[in-house]
Amino acid sequence: MTTSAPVVSVRDLRKTYGSFTALDGVSFDIARGETFALLGPNGAGKSTTIEILEGYRDRSSGEASVLGIDPSKGGLDWKAQLGIVLQSTGESGNVTVREQLTHFAGYYPHARDVDDVIAAVGLEDKQKTLIRKLSGGQRRRVDVALGIIGRPELLFLDEPTTGFDPEARRQFWDLITTLKTEGTTILLTTHYLDEAAHLGDRAGVIAGGRLIDIGAIDELGGADARTPVVRWRENGVLHEERTTTPGALVARLGEPDDLQVIRPSLEDIYLKLVGDHASETSLTHEGAAL
Amino acid sequence: MTTTTIPHLPAGRTLRLGVSRIGYEVKTYFRQGDSVFFTFLFPLVMLTIFSVAFSEQNFGPDDAPLSAAAFYLPGMLAAGLLLSGLQNMAIDIAGEKGDGTLKRFAGTPLPVLSYFIGKIGQVFVTGVLQAVALLLVARFVFQVSLPTSFEAWLTFGWVFVLGVTTAAILGIALSGLPRSGKSATAVIIPIVLVLQFISGVYLNFAQLPSWLQNIASVFPLKWMAQGMRAVFLPEGYESIEVGGVWNLEGVALVTAIWLVVGLIVTRITFRWIRKDS
Repeated sequence: MTTSAPVVSVRDLRKTYGSFTALDGVSFDIARGETFALLGPNGAGKSTTIEILEGYRDRSSGEASVLGIDPSKGGLDWKAQLGIVLQSTGESGNVTVREQLTHFAGYYPHARDVDDVIAAVGLEDKQKTLIRKLSGGQRRRVDVALGIIGRPELLFLDEPTTGFDPEARRQFWDLITTLKTEGTTILLTTHYLDEAAHLGDRAGVIAGGRLIDIGAIDELGGADARTPVVRWRENGVLHEERTTTPGALVARLGEPDDLQVIRPSLEDIYLKLVGDHASETSLTHEGAAL
Repeated sequence: MTTTTIPHLPAGRTLRLGVSRIGYEVKTYFRQGDSVFFTFLFPLVMLTIFSVAFSEQNFGPDDAPLSAAAFYLPGMLAAGLLLSGLQNMAIDIAGEKGDGTLKRFAGTPLPVLSYFIGKIGQVFVTGVLQAVALLLVARFVFQVSLPTSFEAWLTFGWVFVLGVTTAAILGIALSGLPRSGKSATAVIIPIVLVLQFISGVYLNFAQLPSWLQNIASVFPLKWMAQGMRAVFLPEGYESIEVGGVWNLEGVALVTAIWLVVGLIVTRITFRWIRKDS
């Protein structure tokens, strides 16, 4: 594996709709073979970003390069290297799972084996069922299957596991792990922070059209955000203390009731990041109003 | 910064994928119950109703009687072209726009031309099956005598091919008109229905007021129906036509003009998706 140019490179990406600014100067790179998770609340600009990179939307300004090509000018050769799982499914699907995958496999020069893909998304039992007769979660698996059938260099996954039951989600994670070991570069958006933590190598957090943090999954939010919390009960009263030396504190406390040492999860860190951003912006807005 | 080199796709895949799309389209068409009824079976149902309802009436002059089935067959063949082509395509593609099918294609290396080959191929296959069904029902259920001359069938061949292609292209062009897949039937069916009434499909064209005939003459269905009458009505019936002739040159000319108009509109307006909509 060569350390070549990044697969995705975005510089100062901006997108405006009239007076509304959906993206306000977003920059990041995704290296070859990396899984990058884009996190953020609804309407923060995740899908706008991913759709610009997929070639579905034009950017207002800034630079974007996907596999070395400007995504607003990407041709069929370029699309043959991409796998796209859009946020919404909806087509009526008067074909069976197998028919659909066999047909789409024909679009790509080095498509994966249809049986392998059906097995990878766990739809062996449903392969002869019309897609419109599948449940929402099963249809989503067809979307994922169509996203990977062409053996993409770069896979876009826009909230891929919405509607999955926990078992299906685990299966999906295994599938993505396999793709990662094969060297597929992945751009993932998700609302499930455990999913981002499990699959992502790095993550970016978008809020209000800005990238408010970016880094390795276990470095997001900075070291302070990861300070553990020791929680215990004393005389029926709940105590909580943030400390960088939880071992020392616990040793000092002895055997209190309900003793816990809590390491902030990615979800805690994410919520704090987004919460801090929201309160900052509302303060600026109030300031502006005054 | 080094640029990643992207391998080129092999040549000749546009046609190969187009053929693959025809198979896919025909298969899904016949699995869609409502489109099979309203575009495929509809002319057959209408031919049957008219033939049975007016079975006692003579549609020709007293010395050369013409059964209802024989009278309505050319009109129903022309209506079939319009339904299988225009109505089917316009509603089908508007639906695919609405339900995200086209958005999915936009993200794959499927050439737009392959998609169109698939659509037109589907119209052609279903149109041929429909015409054969109409002819068989007319011949064997309602005892309509079909032409035997090679020349008549040659005329049928070119009127059919030109008509079905034009109708399909116009359908693709019109698919941009409905604002959503759900409103497509409501927008397209009235257009198709009015055209059928003024173009000599349900009503005897010769008996329409001349101003209505003039309006209908702008649109291709009147000419397609006239071409079909030239094939299937007995000799001498051209005397009832406007100008007293079949005017096959007019049929070819007006239909071809609409084909070109449809191609231009399609070229200008068709997109997998509207960016930023």
